[in-house]
Amino acid sequence: MMPLSTSATIYRPLYLSVLGGLAPRSQRFRLCAVVLLALSASHTHAQVTAERLLNSAKEPQNWLTYSGDYSGKRFSPLDQINAANAHTIVAKWVYQTAATGKFETTPLVVDGVLYATGPDNRAFALDARTGRPIWMYQRQVPSDIRPCCGRVNRGVAILGDKVFFGTLDAHVIALDAKTGAVRWDTTAADYRTGHSFTVAPLAVKNLIVIGISGGEYGVRGFIDAYDADTGERKWRFYTVPGPGERGHDTWEGDSWKVGGAPAWNTGTYDPVTNQICWPTGNPAPSNRGAGRAGDNLYSNSLLALNADTGKLNWYFQFTKHDEHDWDATQVPILIDANGKKVIAQADRNGYFYVIDRTNGKLISATPYGKTTWSDSKDSDGRPVANKNASPTLNGHTVCPGALGTTNYMPPTYDPQTRLVYVTARDQCDIFSTAPQPYEAGHAFYGSAYFPSEEAEPYLGFLKAIDPVTGEVKKKFQHTSPTWSGVLSTAGGLVFSGDAEGNFIAFDAASLKPLWHFQMGGAVYAGPMAFAVDGKQYVAIAAGSAIYAFTLP
Amino acid sequence: MSRQPWALAVLFLAAICIAQGQNPLANNRKAAKAGEYEFRINCALCHGLGARGGGRGPDLTRAQKKHTHNDAEMFQTISNGIPGTAMPANGTNGQGVGMTDTEIWQIVTYIRSQEVKASAKMSGDPVHGKQLFFGDGNCSMCHMVDGKGGRLGPDLTAVGGSRTREAIIDSIRNPSRRLAWGLTESTKEFPQEYETVTVVTEDGKQIQGVTLNEDSFTVQIMDSGEHIYLLEKDKLKSLKTSRESMMPKYEANVLSDKEVDDIVAFLASVGAK
Repeated sequence: MMPLSTSATIYRPLYLSVLGGLAPRSQRFRLCAVVLLALSASHTHAQVTAERLLNSAKEPQNWLTYSGDYSGKRFSPLDQINAANAHTIVAKWVYQTAATGKFETTPLVVDGVLYATGPDNRAFALDARTGRPIWMYQRQVPSDIRPCCGRVNRGVAILGDKVFFGTLDAHVIALDAKTGAVRWDTTAADYRTGHSFTVAPLAVKNLIVIGISGGEYGVRGFIDAYDADTGERKWRFYTVPGPGERGHDTWEGDSWKVGGAPAWNTGTYDPVTNQICWPTGNPAPSNRGAGRAGDNLYSNSLLALNADTGKLNWYFQFTKHDEHDWDATQVPILIDANGKKVIAQADRNGYFYVIDRTNGKLISATPYGKTTWSDSKDSDGRPVANKNASPTLNGHTVCPGALGTTNYMPPTYDPQTRLVYVTARDQCDIFSTAPQPYEAGHAFYGSAYFPSEEAEPYLGFLKAIDPVTGEVKKKFQHTSPTWSGVLSTAGGLVFSGDAEGNFIAFDAASLKPLWHFQMGGAVYAGPMAFAVDGKQYVAIAAGSAIYAFTLP
Repeated sequence: MSRQPWALAVLFLAAICIAQGQNPLANNRKAAKAGEYEFRINCALCHGLGARGGGRGPDLTRAQKKHTHNDAEMFQTISNGIPGTAMPANGTNGQGVGMTDTEIWQIVTYIRSQEVKASAKMSGDPVHGKQLFFGDGNCSMCHMVDGKGGRLGPDLTAVGGSRTREAIIDSIRNPSRRLAWGLTESTKEFPQEYETVTVVTEDGKQIQGVTLNEDSFTVQIMDSGEHIYLLEKDKLKSLKTSRESMMPKYEANVLSDKEVDDIVAFLASVGAK
């Protein structure tokens, strides 16, 4: 083994030759920084340790997890691109995947390399400065697979020298970060019974945490944690309790066996309490409550799990006994506001919830869009569904519709404006029942829904919400509802995309658009920011491509 | 156990039927019922409850269909969609998870069962309707049929074959009640809703027309003179979008019920081709 002092001397002559007596004192620091940047650019692929993930704020040039950090804020401390110069932003590169279907990925960037996933089990690594591919991986999609809502994927997790992603056929795969070679491949469930992965996993300590999709097929939902080194499953939390487990009595008869409650969006992690906060989706069948009487725990809930054991510390259920497909699968944001440790979640059911993250108690629930399903609250302050909100044989209009006031698109919290920015939609749907027996691997909705004529046109917004009061402070109305996520940056900017293909930089305070670029494809993904060689970029997936923007 | 031989028999029968382009579930009442629920889940979004057309999608209770002459073609249409239209391939509309072959045949059976119930007799006089359409009714100033007429409103060549009589009459009597329906995101390549837009340009010129397309920063308009304007919103003095149609309301004192019937009969005779 080479002693440290020896390796240091190897670099010293380089330093000295640059700095040695040539530069005035005032310039030495800057030169030194340039040299360090140059070194970091040529020495990519340092190990991404669990400590680096914990301290992601110390490396703002990198984007290390789905939401940028463990708190789910999707906030970048970079400020080179800011409100004063945003109007000069230019497209730097475009990476075409040649895939079809919705492109929902949030890329990660580590030391100049961008890692992302695409439709149909794709994963790839790019030179983040140029968009040139370093490696590409694609796992064959079985021909008999029928994923619910597109052959999508939302991204990778990174830990050590590996990147991790879940596949449409329910495998968890570890790829070599340098080559894309498969390092391990674990089958989590049988895809033929409707199990699939679309979520970006979360790396915590030495675990890869991932939640299953398949709420439209009557799977029994779960959240898994895998050993990052071996792929061995360390724990599984079933989101529908089995016999003898607490909450099992919230299911009628055997309905728990096909109860749904998938976990298809990336949760967050609170290192102080060692809790993973992970949201769950709809009970199955999604739009028919008959046959599954009860609250249907832990569907449409936020779960606080012990990161080491997967044991449940507390839960909060947003929508009890849901009959409208209102998955609570939104990224829960950990915020320290007014001296309280809270979780803010703009829920699909139209209410903005603030929860005490030490115990799961509800602090407030405030509507942030058009809702008609509730006009009362229970003793905890939780909105309660009206009796007449249930779907009927001939159809019954309820707001929000099945797509919800928001959906999976990731929101952001900007610590500078202290506002949560979320993509919102005003649309009501007609919910009608359609009895459907469970058959393994077949669609299991129990009903149909379609847009209500009286609600035309559907409206789409970017809304800024004060997490202390739940009040909508500012809003921007899109031409039509969008599926884009939102990014905030220290440059006083908020970035989002629209269904017409624009990528837009907003002034974070006023939500006035300062810049836009027509990308030629609708946005279904969340934006992120990174820096390489001291230059800031903002990137987003749209159409079938990834776009990177920077200053000229 | 007891289900297996039966299932095998159906499979065998299905194989023979499909080879011959026949529906293995034809006239099966149970299949029609199952198909009704499948239809609600997968098709009603555009084609409406009861398959009677929803504004986006054609009325399927008509016996004569533009893209589908027999069960096998209907199966293909549902499986693969119709290129160049908003009809998506099975499982790609972002709503459902996609259907199995059996479920598609159930829907075919259901649609056929609905056709039997619908009586699509037209009472009007198509010859007189044609005169009205291209003459005193002024319809052709904005609408085309068979390549003749104006461009401001939707081309109506196919409308008689795809919409119910009631829907067409409603559009004549109350054009603003329902503009062309917007489509969901997954089929957004057909976005035109024929909203009315009024803008005042930087130099004070007022333009009124229908939107060809629009996003947050630009709008593309056609006016009644069929001029196309490509405008950037931040360079306009004002912009107002309205869902009040540019089409005048045809009340009974302008077109009698008989005259409307004649126009519908004309559109039906063209649309049936």
